[in-house]
Amino acid sequence: MSGYNQMWSELGLDLEAHDALLSVLGDSYHNIFMTQKNRPEGMKYFDFVMSEVHGLRIKELMDAKTQGKKVIGLYCVFVPEELIIAVDGISVGLCAGAEFNFEGAEQILPRNLCALIKSAFGFKLGRVCPYIEACDLVVGENTCDGKKKAYEVLSPYVKDLYVVDLPQTKSNAGKMLLKEEYLKFIAKLEEISGKKITYENLRKGIDIVNAKRKAVLRLAELRKSNPIPISGLDSLLINQVFFYDDPVRFTNSVNALCDELVERIKRGEGVFPEGTVRVIVSGCPMAVPNWKVPYIVETSGAAIVGEESCVGERGTRWLTETKGSTVEDLVENITDRYFKIDCAIFTPNHSRLEHIKEMFERYNAKGLIHYNLQFCQPYIIESGHFETDLKNSNIPTLRLETDYSQEDIGQLKTRVEAFIERIKG
Amino acid sequence: MKIAGLDIGSRTVKLVVMDGSKILLAKKVLNSHDPLNTVFTLLDGASYDYMVATGYGRHLINEVFSCTIISEIKAFALGSRAVYPSCRAVLDIGGQDTKAIHINEKGKIVKFEMNDKCAAGTGRFLEIMAHALNYSNIDEFSKAACTATKAQTINNMCTVFAESEVISLISRGAKREEVALGIHRAIVSRTLRLLNRVAPSGDVVFAGGVALNECARKLISEELKRPVFVPPDPQIIGAYGAALYGQNKR
Ligand code: SF4
Ligand code: SF4
Repeated sequence: MSGYNQMWSELGLDLEAHDALLSVLGDSYHNIFMTQKNRPEGMKYFDFVMSEVHGLRIKELMDAKTQGKKVIGLYCVFVPEELIIAVDGISVGLCAGAEFNFEGAEQILPRNLCALIKSAFGFKLGRVCPYIEACDLVVGENTCDGKKKAYEVLSPYVKDLYVVDLPQTKSNAGKMLLKEEYLKFIAKLEEISGKKITYENLRKGIDIVNAKRKAVLRLAELRKSNPIPISGLDSLLINQVFFYDDPVRFTNSVNALCDELVERIKRGEGVFPEGTVRVIVSGCPMAVPNWKVPYIVETSGAAIVGEESCVGERGTRWLTETKGSTVEDLVENITDRYFKIDCAIFTPNHSRLEHIKEMFERYNAKGLIHYNLQFCQPYIIESGHFETDLKNSNIPTLRLETDYSQEDIGQLKTRVEAFIERIKG
Repeated sequence: MKIAGLDIGSRTVKLVVMDGSKILLAKKVLNSHDPLNTVFTLLDGASYDYMVATGYGRHLINEVFSCTIISEIKAFALGSRAVYPSCRAVLDIGGQDTKAIHINEKGKIVKFEMNDKCAAGTGRFLEIMAHALNYSNIDEFSKAACTATKAQTINNMCTVFAESEVISLISRGAKREEVALGIHRAIVSRTLRLLNRVAPSGDVVFAGGVALNECARKLISEELKRPVFVPPDPQIIGAYGAALYGQNKR
């Protein structure tokens, strides 16, 4: 990959640390993904994307920048990609999923903070994330207390930080606030890109993002089959790549993969042996390269058939409607769509629980694993009363609380295995 | 058919060989830096047709021997119910972890929890504290604690902080056995909080290495307001459960 060294140093990366990171990543990718049996051919595209995630994709971003396009980094699915595409921008996910440079992060943040936030800071301060360095604008959002306050700390480290405010209740006032915030965000996007949002370009943005969502929803649908045509790990990977790749190319690749899976299903071909237990994973988002829990689950006799997560169905299940004929109408549709997202920062948040139950039925699952990042109050608190409710609905639930470190893998494995035994009875 | 149940724990390795319902052999050895070698020593001379392994080292063994593996949770649930059929709750305090398991009347596992990453409240914690108090072994430590008429309060459950807390209590003139009792109290109350959360009612089986500790046994029986049963050898319950599992599978 040394062919990119010049680009990386121009971006200000710490080449030595970055090399070390890539080599660890490459190894773990190989061990986790390439050792899976009978993977679909269509995964080759995603393997390639991952092998070039800091290379070719960054080069594409840099080339796009020279043509005047803006690169905009996000940390949350509440920031509408439709608006970014409308001004001809490129959105990239900045959440990070590895324990890298936590010492650095802990110099400016408390230790008792969720790993997702610490990781993002660790990458930024360690100068190993080409995405954040390539950004013309970084967009934060007022979600959990951890992120909300962390953006204040992040501000001096990035060129341009813009924070979107978010409501915390699903009330009319909340919705008005969200719309207001999206209108302000539009103004910001127009200012940095020098482009005006029109009905046509916004409609195009909506169509592109809807197509991308439809493709991953189609993939989700195929995982209902028995035998299961694709692993949970591979499906998670696709949902992660969702945030980095060129949206149109991504959509085509997912659809091509789905065509292949349809054939597999016809032939009765699957990736897991008979008797593998089907489970749903729900909870905190898993950002690249956080594959820890899915890897444990899928090497312990279970298969993940769905993710109730922002890197998964919570983030993609709603499409944006296209009704109306003005920019105002489309912004209204966008607000409607995003307002439905059932993140745990909302109170109350009943629809998330309903969605978990519904996914459990739909994917014919036998168990639910609730994934919590340590110190993530919103999801940890929800998981408590959810567990009680799920128990009454006869949904076996396992709550896991962990971080990005490797030290509790043995413990987690024991818990997961015992849970699978419990389901099998 | 002879079935072997092997429980590779962090501190000890346990073996039970059964033929039908008869226990032919039950033995244990301390684990070492080389668990595989420990297992070889333990299996030396034992004959069996089929093996089921459990414990933290189960996957390691699975790579070398042909055997079935089950989690410690399942093994302890099976073993506990076999020695004490009315049991609805299992508390296992081992060398490095603590488990609480809730089982229903049919023996199915309803819920379970384990302690988190650290050694707080486990056998290892007690060993370190015994050492900090200059007792030559756990037995002496536990017996001394039983003689104390009052307990010193121990606030820290992190092994490192607890150790310095203990040392400073002693240097301030606290009686050694009162500190010893305080340590036992601290881990018992922490463990019972876990047990009461997971399995709030029903008869309890207390197993694992720490169940050999007289003081821990006494405090747990006193504080839990429900029947507590400690098996004759509480350490082999996992291995016994693993062997029983093998029997039912064959
Ligand atoms: S979990 Fe909530 S805060 Fe996090 S990405 Fe999802 S919507 Fe945003
Ligand atoms: S995982 Fe939880 S604590 Fe971490 S950023 Fe997301 S909502 Fe906040």
